[in-house]
Amino acid sequence: MMGISERRCLRAARHGSSVAWSLRALRWCAVASLPLALTACNWAVLDPRGPVGHADRTILLDSLAIMLAIGVPTILATFAFAWWFRASNTRARYRPDWEFSGAIELVVWSIPAMVIILLGGVAWIGSHDLDPAKPLSERQAPVEIQVVSLDWKWLFIYPHEGVASVNQLVVPAGVPLRFSLTSASVWNAFFVPQLGSMIYTMNGMRTQVNLQADEPGTFHGLSAHFSGDGFSDMHFQVRAVRSDEFAAWVQATRGVGPTLDGAAYTALARQSTKLPPSTFGAVTPELFSQVVRQELPPGPGPGTERGGAAEAPKAGAAAKKGH
Amino acid sequence: MWGKLSWEAVPLHEPIVMVTSAVVAIGITAVLAWVIVKGHLPYIWKEWLSSVDHKRIGVMYILLALVMLLRGFADAIMMRSQQAVAMGNAGFLPPEHYNQIFSAHGTIMIFFVAMPFVIGLMNFAVPLQLGARDVAFPVLNSVGFWLTATGALLVNISLFIGEFARVGWLPYPPLSELAYSPGVGVDYYLWALQISGAGTLLSGVNLVTTVLKVRAPGMTYLHMPIFCWTTLASNLLIVAAFPILTATLAMLLLDRYLGFHFFTNEAGGNPMMFMNLIWAWGHPEVYILVLPAFGIFSEVFATFSGKPLFGYRSMVAATMAICILSFMVWLHHFFTMGAGADVNAIFGIATMIIAVPTGVKIYNWLFTMYSGRVVFEPPMLWALGFVVTFVIGGMTGVLLAVPPADFVLHNSLFLVAHFHNVIIGGVVFGLFAGYEYWFPKAFGFRLHKGLGVAAFWFWIIGFFVAFMPLYVLGLMGMTRRMQHYDVPEWQPWLQVAAGGAALIAIGVALQVVQLVWSIRHREALRDTTGDPWNGRTLEWMTPSPPPMFNYAVMPQVEGVEAYWMRKQSAIERRALQPEPDYHDIHMPRNSSAGFICAFFAATMGFALIWHIWWLVALAFVCAWAVFVVVAWRDEHEEAIPAATVAAVDRANRAAREAALPTLRPVS
Repeated sequence: MMGISERRCLRAARHGSSVAWSLRALRWCAVASLPLALTACNWAVLDPRGPVGHADRTILLDSLAIMLAIGVPTILATFAFAWWFRASNTRARYRPDWEFSGAIELVVWSIPAMVIILLGGVAWIGSHDLDPAKPLSERQAPVEIQVVSLDWKWLFIYPHEGVASVNQLVVPAGVPLRFSLTSASVWNAFFVPQLGSMIYTMNGMRTQVNLQADEPGTFHGLSAHFSGDGFSDMHFQVRAVRSDEFAAWVQATRGVGPTLDGAAYTALARQSTKLPPSTFGAVTPELFSQVVRQELPPGPGPGTERGGAAEAPKAGAAAKKGH
Repeated sequence: MWGKLSWEAVPLHEPIVMVTSAVVAIGITAVLAWVIVKGHLPYIWKEWLSSVDHKRIGVMYILLALVMLLRGFADAIMMRSQQAVAMGNAGFLPPEHYNQIFSAHGTIMIFFVAMPFVIGLMNFAVPLQLGARDVAFPVLNSVGFWLTATGALLVNISLFIGEFARVGWLPYPPLSELAYSPGVGVDYYLWALQISGAGTLLSGVNLVTTVLKVRAPGMTYLHMPIFCWTTLASNLLIVAAFPILTATLAMLLLDRYLGFHFFTNEAGGNPMMFMNLIWAWGHPEVYILVLPAFGIFSEVFATFSGKPLFGYRSMVAATMAICILSFMVWLHHFFTMGAGADVNAIFGIATMIIAVPTGVKIYNWLFTMYSGRVVFEPPMLWALGFVVTFVIGGMTGVLLAVPPADFVLHNSLFLVAHFHNVIIGGVVFGLFAGYEYWFPKAFGFRLHKGLGVAAFWFWIIGFFVAFMPLYVLGLMGMTRRMQHYDVPEWQPWLQVAAGGAALIAIGVALQVVQLVWSIRHREALRDTTGDPWNGRTLEWMTPSPPPMFNYAVMPQVEGVEAYWMRKQSAIERRALQPEPDYHDIHMPRNSSAGFICAFFAATMGFALIWHIWWLVALAFVCAWAVFVVVAWRDEHEEAIPAATVAAVDRANRAAREAALPTLRPVS
């Protein structure tokens, strides 16, 4: 499993910053400047558990190192110039008419320009290497997962396995995951910091992101785009398990409990918060496509708020309705 | 009769809101009562509310900004304390209230603090720097200010009657559409911004025209002080970008009021279009705010280093480059929408390119200090604090411009830390520098230095304590706008951030104390010469405060540092220039059009929000009538007799002559 991650990491380092490669030492300075980073346990973005997260972090730290190389001397120069040329310093030379130097202008335009050429290369290559829609592996078939953000919970559909879950995502570790995403109503962003790149979910549209967990583990997932009153509760647990455990979970889930059909989806789409994790033992085929094509209409809003005829329903009342 | 308005609209059961409302109501009543009882009302009406003097309007803009800064900062304190406690529990603010607070915080800080403060300083200083008697369109200027104030009023009314938007400071659909936000909150937001946006556009047209057409003889474009250049760039951006905002919000209004489908989920609406349009305004807006701040820093670095600005032409080029580039980067606000690698990469690189002219500016400021004599007055402290802070903010900004880095940091507290880093460290520090710098010019006395220095240190230390933890939290995966959370590791950092907000609060309090103390001890702080900082640009030639007509005779300009050259030649010759001939000066008359127009605009906005259609029509007709009356007025100027002009100028000359022996030629 780590093999993939290392390869990808190296590839990102090689492509993503072929020039920055020589700045590796500086990158370590960047890491060292955040001493907590390597010791604390919950540095999600800096503590990735999958190839995409690793590559994102590599680019982040490379870029940071390149910028610190120019930013730190600038800050030091600010202090140095201001202090040395303080009015009370009689040793400093005062040249009240010195206001232009072609050589200095050339340098101050060139330095930022060269840094940006370098960083622009990082951005171009990184953007292509880590395009969320790009498959992670040409050899290994990905596990397909369809994600629907609803007010205010997450629905995960496993189309090939024929099961679905709410507010919990179970995935096999070491296998590429291909997510197709949409929203039942307002926008959200699907984000599992330790796995890497986020992507928006939008009603009537389908976005894609490819992720992978290297090792079994539990990760925190959440919405990264504000979606209304229940937004803060739109988080979920990601359980990455061994492939055989994943198969066992599918087996145990399939055929048990309710079926996710149009009616169940419509009920689920009503506003509610803090739904405990649950599963559907069967899923109507094409349900996700029906949501994307709006054959299942967008979820309803709160009905009324202040400024209408009635008060907004309390979150608790709405939650009861949602069941 | 009253549309959707009823007693239900008043949040009687929310103690925080009701106590705030009561305090505000008592405060306003007390101030009004004091003004009326003391008999100040005629003075305030004549000299301020109906004034079309650019300096008075500038001061009123800044006063509005300072009052709204207190409101926006109170919101910030509530957010920071809510997040400091809401680990695993609901905290003290329910989501429907918390969401209004962060929406109001952002809206107020951008539209009703930063914008009026920037426009106020431009209004005050630019005509003086240009050697002009007023802006190009003085009455329009007044109307623009009062429309901005109307927007601020509507936002504050939403606190007591109804609710404010709960959708964030930019109302992204579909959340802001009627289906998901049926309350009046979004309507308050939209009408407040439509009305104040019209005011901003008028102000932009006015200042562009002023810089292009109303300059002293001899002031070519490349003789303009750099602040005038950044003002030109900023107002060109206003003229180009604000109509986009108005059109975008108009489309959302059509969706909400008349059942259109520009941005709805259904019927072919496209929320992604809103995202594109709003940022086509929103990114230039960042530069509308920060370019004038750059101009202020340029003036401050030159003045307090005792040297001309280093690389003036380079600075002009950098300013105009930023002006153009700022329109080409909007997509970096939504790399995570899934646009594809080419699009993301191109916009990422375009964003980084802005760092080049910005970097050039930083280095030119450094070289302005180089070989200078740096004096650490409060404006210079803000400028130095700015360079350090802004370099950090710029670095994190370029970091976010790298799409794969943005994929894990977008919408996180890292992003929140970044834009506060550049807006506080760039814009707000610049505005405070300008406030300290031009205060003696505006009022004839300085602000107390020690309190200013203390306020600076509390602000900058508070800033780092409040926002560095947010960078950390972003890296820990915490997204913005969370009313509560369940990750225990986040809480200590949020508590540190709350402590930082408390330090900033001390800084704000010190600024209030500084203002009050300085007013009470103004005789001791009096600026007798009109040139308290050994200034370089034309405004320091006028007495402090300048007379209504600014200049007795139009100054003849021969270089970038018009006043500095004049001052040096006077020091060398040990004499002022010979006394000029004085003539009558024609100045625009006061006009109550702005105030009255704004009254009807506020009424119309309120009626639109609550669907009181007859009142909408009535207020609109009245506002139109005011416009017609103003447009057809015959008398709009009055003459100031030559004798008065001569008296003012001779007093100024006498003060300068008295100060002349104390001045030494620079060496």
